[in-house]
Amino acid sequence: MIFLTRKAEFSSAHYYWNDAWSPEENQRVFGKCANRNGHGHNYTLEVTVAGAVDPVSGFVVDLKQLKDILEHEVVSIYDHRHLNLEVPEFKTAIPTTENIAIAIWQRLNNKIPNAKLHRVRVYEMPDLFADYYGEP
Amino acid sequence: MKAHLSRRYHFSASHRLHTETFDEAKNQAVFGKCNNPHGHGHNYTVQVTLSGQLDPATGMVCNLADLDSFAQKNLLARFDRANLNTLDCFAEQVSTTENLSIEIYRIFQKFPSAHLEQIHIEETSNNSFDFAGDRTPPSGTL
Repeated sequence: MIFLTRKAEFSSAHYYWNDAWSPEENQRVFGKCANRNGHGHNYTLEVTVAGAVDPVSGFVVDLKQLKDILEHEVVSIYDHRHLNLEVPEFKTAIPTTENIAIAIWQRLNNKIPNAKLHRVRVYEMPDLFADYYGEP
Repeated sequence: MKAHLSRRYHFSASHRLHTETFDEAKNQAVFGKCNNPHGHGHNYTVQVTLSGQLDPATGMVCNLADLDSFAQKNLLARFDRANLNTLDCFAEQVSTTENLSIEIYRIFQKFPSAHLEQIHIEETSNNSFDFAGDRTPPSGTL
């Protein structure tokens, strides 16, 4: 079994807000991330897939194909968008780094030929990232 | 759903690798330039990985402000701009980054809001250390 990781980048705006709470409670819990005008990050996505090496091609997956899947399923939808306002899964879920990792897993799972999705890692900043392994 | 969150902290500290168990020649032989009596220093990076079920109200493993204030009080205030050899935890053991990883693991085990998975420390850009308690780090996390 080989683990293969492909990176992609997207730049998006977001804010943290729970509609069930008062503005004061949102401010207390989320601090400056609750600014309703939004703020943004350069996100780095690392997608790790696991699989056996194809004896003919020597590949686990065709990297160009994986790149195209990441572009089509994630980057084209998230990049230069406001996550809360323009990406459907964040109409209901707060776009925290954890929830972004889970949402990307759900977008990619079972879409990568010949390999199993192993981990989705999302860096919000170089010093903060979330990992999702598909665990319930 | 269960997710992992990792946060990186940075501190600068000095140390000297030396043990009273060895004589001067053996300390020099084993620890080499790290045994310089005047010490030397590093910019350490500590990567803390926590896990837990997401809080449905916040979408978070834990509140980052709580983690940062815990790290400020229990990690950075103790280790940044310090000489590691003068700290209580290195009174009886060598201030290697292996031992530092175990000490910092003990610190973050006390963080109340999430489960500690592992501590990863970069002593230099070429040397890094991982400690996950008794567990093997999950495959693919390194």
